[in-house]
Amino acid sequence: MDIGDSVIAVSGLRRRYGPEGDGGFEAVRGVSFTVGRGEVFALLGTNGAGKTSTVELLEGLERPSGGEVRILGHDPFVERAAVRPRIGVMLQEGGFPSDLTVAETVRMWAGCTTGARPTEEALGMVGLTDRRSVRIKQLSGGERRRLDLALALLGRPEVLFLDEPTTGLDPEARHNTWELVRRLREDGTTVLLTTHYLEEAEALADRLAIMRQGEVVASGAPDEVIGAYPSRIRFAMPVGWFVGDLPPLAELGVEGHEESGGRIELRTRTLQRTLTGLLVWAREKDVELEGLDARTASLEEAFLAIAGGGGPGADAGSGVSVGAAAGAGKGE
Amino acid sequence: MAISTAAPSTTGTRVLAMGRAELILLGRNKMALYVALLLPVLMVWMMRRTIGEMDFGDSGMSLNEASLTGAFGFILLFVVYQNLVSAYVARREELVLKRLRTGEASDIEILGGTALPAVAIAVAQMVVLLVAGVCWLDLRAPARIDLMLIGLVFGLVLSIALAALTTAWAKTVESAQLVTTPLLLISLMGSGLIVPLETMPDVLGDVCGLLPLSPVVELVRGGWLGGLSAYKAVGHVATAVAWTVLAVFAVRRWFRWEPRR
Repeated sequence: MDIGDSVIAVSGLRRRYGPEGDGGFEAVRGVSFTVGRGEVFALLGTNGAGKTSTVELLEGLERPSGGEVRILGHDPFVERAAVRPRIGVMLQEGGFPSDLTVAETVRMWAGCTTGARPTEEALGMVGLTDRRSVRIKQLSGGERRRLDLALALLGRPEVLFLDEPTTGLDPEARHNTWELVRRLREDGTTVLLTTHYLEEAEALADRLAIMRQGEVVASGAPDEVIGAYPSRIRFAMPVGWFVGDLPPLAELGVEGHEESGGRIELRTRTLQRTLTGLLVWAREKDVELEGLDARTASLEEAFLAIAGGGGPGADAGSGVSVGAAAGAGKGE
Repeated sequence: MAISTAAPSTTGTRVLAMGRAELILLGRNKMALYVALLLPVLMVWMMRRTIGEMDFGDSGMSLNEASLTGAFGFILLFVVYQNLVSAYVARREELVLKRLRTGEASDIEILGGTALPAVAIAVAQMVVLLVAGVCWLDLRAPARIDLMLIGLVFGLVLSIALAALTTAWAKTVESAQLVTTPLLLISLMGSGLIVPLETMPDVLGDVCGLLPLSPVVELVRGGWLGGLSAYKAVGHVATAVAWTVLAVFAVRRWFRWEPRR
């Protein structure tokens, strides 16, 4: 693994809670990835997949039980003092004293932060300027997330860790946060984010990794990860017509098909060829394919298949490195 | 990306920033403010009523001497210890400690910054005690101010560390009031705050001299009123060092930075 050029380099990372054996639980099981300067990297996974456990190790909050983390070339746990002034952190659940006002909280954090932005600038970035005199306990969940983001950005960090940054935000605030992340990336900030929202990963991430049960099971650019999954064509056969009446499916590039209640679903990696063949056949036979629906795989489908335990399957022909990123070899 | 004009944060700016926030919070928490400002006064007044008739013949102390020097212990217990257990638990349960740990502050700075207002109030009260004792209550000027200071520094550090340690048994701010009771009771009765150790039977006095706050009270008392032999002073310092080392080690081992899930 090329640790030298990476802003974030993780190799064989493990995190265990509790004792060895059955009494404990290993939440992170040999995770490896790297993130280059100015990249936005998204960590996806279902609840309990080990995203937050991983990110907390990257932030230097705990010592890994195995493997290695390098942030800007330093061990974030051992060399905390060297790393912290250069990173910004937004925890999944951040905490602020409920009786402080927004401005008082920012001022406290500024005193703890090298090269802090002025309070007004920080609040302006997340649209909280008119809430400056409001106590934390009176903020909405979304406003707290934005305040948390403002504090993560306070020291103009080179590396930003965002653990579910838009959970609880309304659509407009979420969109503003996305814009903010894009601007930061243009300025050269490296961003590692975790998210439940697949459209968020699709919109922001240069690269992503999907975690399942503590392991990275797929990684790459969003297009690559999606590309490992076949496109789908769905339609209903007219009465009196059957699947067997279609031209030979293998010749159309169909990898598999399902039929239920007269509705057919074809899976293919050559969507245009399959679709053309199907439509030409339908015109020749003068058949109406009702409810015709053809679509490429979405990140959501890829995610559901991967996170749910499927994976693109043994016959996956395309070039995405599924499973290869998980340093410890998986027996898949 | 590094800004050349960036003002670096230092231990000083960080502890002050956290201390200032904590002072604002103390000002907005009427109960904590009452404990910090009024409880020590109330306790000293009650103690004087209780032991007013007692004969301090063995110790050679007057009522004023016994109560004013004992008051240092009350301040450590209520202003520093009791207050900080509540403050640490509240910050932990609100995930403030966890959030602070993601920043540039070190663990000890976080605990110290949070303790700053309580320590400042305690020191101010101690100065008032000293001035009031010497100017109005006919106590002598401190005989060995250095011993007093040593005792107070250990007293403050030990109170902070014991407060941090005590939070391990408290899940909520409400139960924080409960878990402080054992140390409060033991110290009130056995560390010479109310009844000077000299007036106790020998063996009991010796045993009580080993309690956490006893050496602190003895050093303050001996430092102010005089009459503490070098041998005894060293013994008290050694006991204070032992407790402090033990408490700091225990905090490192058992202090939790986030709520138990």
